[in-house]
Amino acid sequence: MSTTVEEQKQQKAFGWAATDQSGTLSPFNFSRRENGDEDVTLKILYCGVCHSDLHVLKNEWGFTSYPVVPGHEIVGVATKVGKNVTNFKVGDRVGVGVLVGSCKTCECCQQDLENYCPQIIFTFNSYNPDGTKTYGGYSDMIVVDQRYVLRFPDNLPLDAGAPLLCAGITVYSSMKYYGMTEAGKHLGVAGLGGLGHVAVKIAKAFGLKVTVISSSPDKESEAINRLEADSFLLSSDPAKMKSAIGSMDYIIDTVSAAHPLLPLLSVLKVNGKLVTVGLPNKPLELPVFPLVFGRKLVGGSDVGGMKETQEMLDFCAKHNIAADIELIRMDEINTAMERLAKSDVRYRFVIDVGNSLSQ
Amino acid sequence: MTRLPEEEHPNKAFGWAARDSSGVLSPFNFSRRATGEKDVAFKVLYCGICHSDLHMVKNEWGSSVYPLVPGHEVVGEVTEVGNKVQNFKVGDRVGVGCMVGSCRSCDSCKDNLENYCPKMVLTYGAKNYDGTITYGGYSDTMVADEHFIVRIPDNLPLDAAAPLLCAGITVYSPLRYYGLDKPGLHIGVVGLGGLGHVAVKFAKAMGSKVTVISTSPNKKKEALENLGVDSFLVSRDQDQLQAANGTLDGIIDTVSAQHPVLPLLGLLKSHGKLVLVGAPEKPLELPAFPLLQGRKLVGGSMIGGMKETQEMIDFAAKHDVKPDIEVIAMDYVNTAMERLVKADVKYRFVIDIGKTLKTTW
Repeated sequence: MSTTVEEQKQQKAFGWAATDQSGTLSPFNFSRRENGDEDVTLKILYCGVCHSDLHVLKNEWGFTSYPVVPGHEIVGVATKVGKNVTNFKVGDRVGVGVLVGSCKTCECCQQDLENYCPQIIFTFNSYNPDGTKTYGGYSDMIVVDQRYVLRFPDNLPLDAGAPLLCAGITVYSSMKYYGMTEAGKHLGVAGLGGLGHVAVKIAKAFGLKVTVISSSPDKESEAINRLEADSFLLSSDPAKMKSAIGSMDYIIDTVSAAHPLLPLLSVLKVNGKLVTVGLPNKPLELPVFPLVFGRKLVGGSDVGGMKETQEMLDFCAKHNIAADIELIRMDEINTAMERLAKSDVRYRFVIDVGNSLSQ
Repeated sequence: MTRLPEEEHPNKAFGWAARDSSGVLSPFNFSRRATGEKDVAFKVLYCGICHSDLHMVKNEWGSSVYPLVPGHEVVGEVTEVGNKVQNFKVGDRVGVGCMVGSCRSCDSCKDNLENYCPKMVLTYGAKNYDGTITYGGYSDTMVADEHFIVRIPDNLPLDAAAPLLCAGITVYSPLRYYGLDKPGLHIGVVGLGGLGHVAVKFAKAMGSKVTVISTSPNKKKEALENLGVDSFLVSRDQDQLQAANGTLDGIIDTVSAQHPVLPLLGLLKSHGKLVLVGAPEKPLELPAFPLLQGRKLVGGSMIGGMKETQEMIDFAAKHDVKPDIEVIAMDYVNTAMERLVKADVKYRFVIDIGKTLKTTW
């Protein structure tokens, strides 16, 4: 039995929202549904700042509906569970990622690929079936259907683990789907930001040889020394790129700005695969000759289903993988966004919601 | 001092060659090497005309060396085998496709992917390991290392088999590699020419439902009635394309002219695959959202290795996959080329070399 908007009770919520394309965030009162039979309510402790948050805040993709409360790398503690909830109890360490709903009946949903459901409901800037808007994790609490809630393993830190809920699953899922996990093979990670640095860690855990590909020379020392990548390739150096031709089995392209694909395709061996997980707001330039003459492919991948997201969290817990983060207060968010636009963060901001979000 | 083509090798040969970028072909005397210990020599009976031949005779890719004898869909009967040849004997029905040599030691060669070997030697217009230029199948004889010879099964007519050696393998290989060969799939084929019509036949033989996407509405009737295509979309009709959104598991795109990729991505179901076998010169615009939101991919493919080429021929023989051809006389070749520019052929010209190539010596 479904309830109408009027019948469904709402409860007060508080967060930070942007109200226009400037993307500037400020305190915002709104409401969320009451905890239903299938729901888990989280008191939010931390929320990662994903580059997608910035794209949406500034309407760079053209489909932002203001006011928008971003945030889809949400971790906290369960404070309520509905009567049909079997997998979670009050007090559990839990997380919510990029989606909070799907149709549950289509082929994708039946195959644990809720992220590809045509009726997917995103954690923010999306609409529930009842017409209400979804608001994300830059807020004090969230109510989510248990199917879209993740359990946080005990040895995974909540703050540094938060970015795994988007960045982590994005790289993990793409590597598994495209068969990029064979130990000993050579993976290039293009772009060393939130996604890129997690890709390096997960790839090393799979036993891959990892080269970071970046246009910034100053990222070399941290790629090798801090992240333990095997090598670094400066993409802005034509001579270095030429000597790397045909050297990599796979590339994960995490770069969020528009960029030419030809240099990256050249670095791939025959039968090489380039998976693009960034979402630039302009189309990519795809040269066809390298694809045809080398049987190469360019594929996309977009987060992961709930089952795989849980699998990824457990994998990261087992291999002690968490993000490198800079913890910020809620009221530092606008400065953080400005710095994020310049890639000035190593490598993910995480908002200490529990300790710094107050009315 | 460079030697004349007739004097390069011991065995006289005769064919038709283009002399310059006008692309006009005319009789040409040249020579072929003596049959080496691993070589198979054969009398050419038929040779298919591939659109690549047209690109090459007119130097459209900038790599042509004249005089140029095209032809890489070559079939005939064995006349001589070297003393170390194990798999062929005189009288066998054989063919040669797009390559006549590779390094045989790199990773690609070891994986039966000679077509991706960096030192692969093309059947025509390429520098062979002995420094001479290779000449293709618009000629009376061919000689090649047995590794690059395929057997044509008895139940496959030689003339119809010829186009399989390039067009056939070009579409068969990606159907297998990209997992688009399972029964019950829905495959799209863009472009209904030499490659496209063979893709339709292979996909049907593999148990797929097939939709053709074409700019030419006048190909619809023929496609539905004669080729057994299940549906036909006119690519310039946005409404038709939209109505078919999210219906295809894979698409084999045979078109080499510039064309938009976005509508094709839209036709794919989630996890769908767009495979390009034509090679437009300029980059295509690839929008990231449709690629990511459906976990779709765009891949390329180029002919196939020798093992797979033989497998493809055997599959075609078993499942009665025969290209639709128009057999022509050698001296019709220039007219055929003009018609090919206008795509005025259903769907491959094949030159009846055996009966119509008249030597002048």
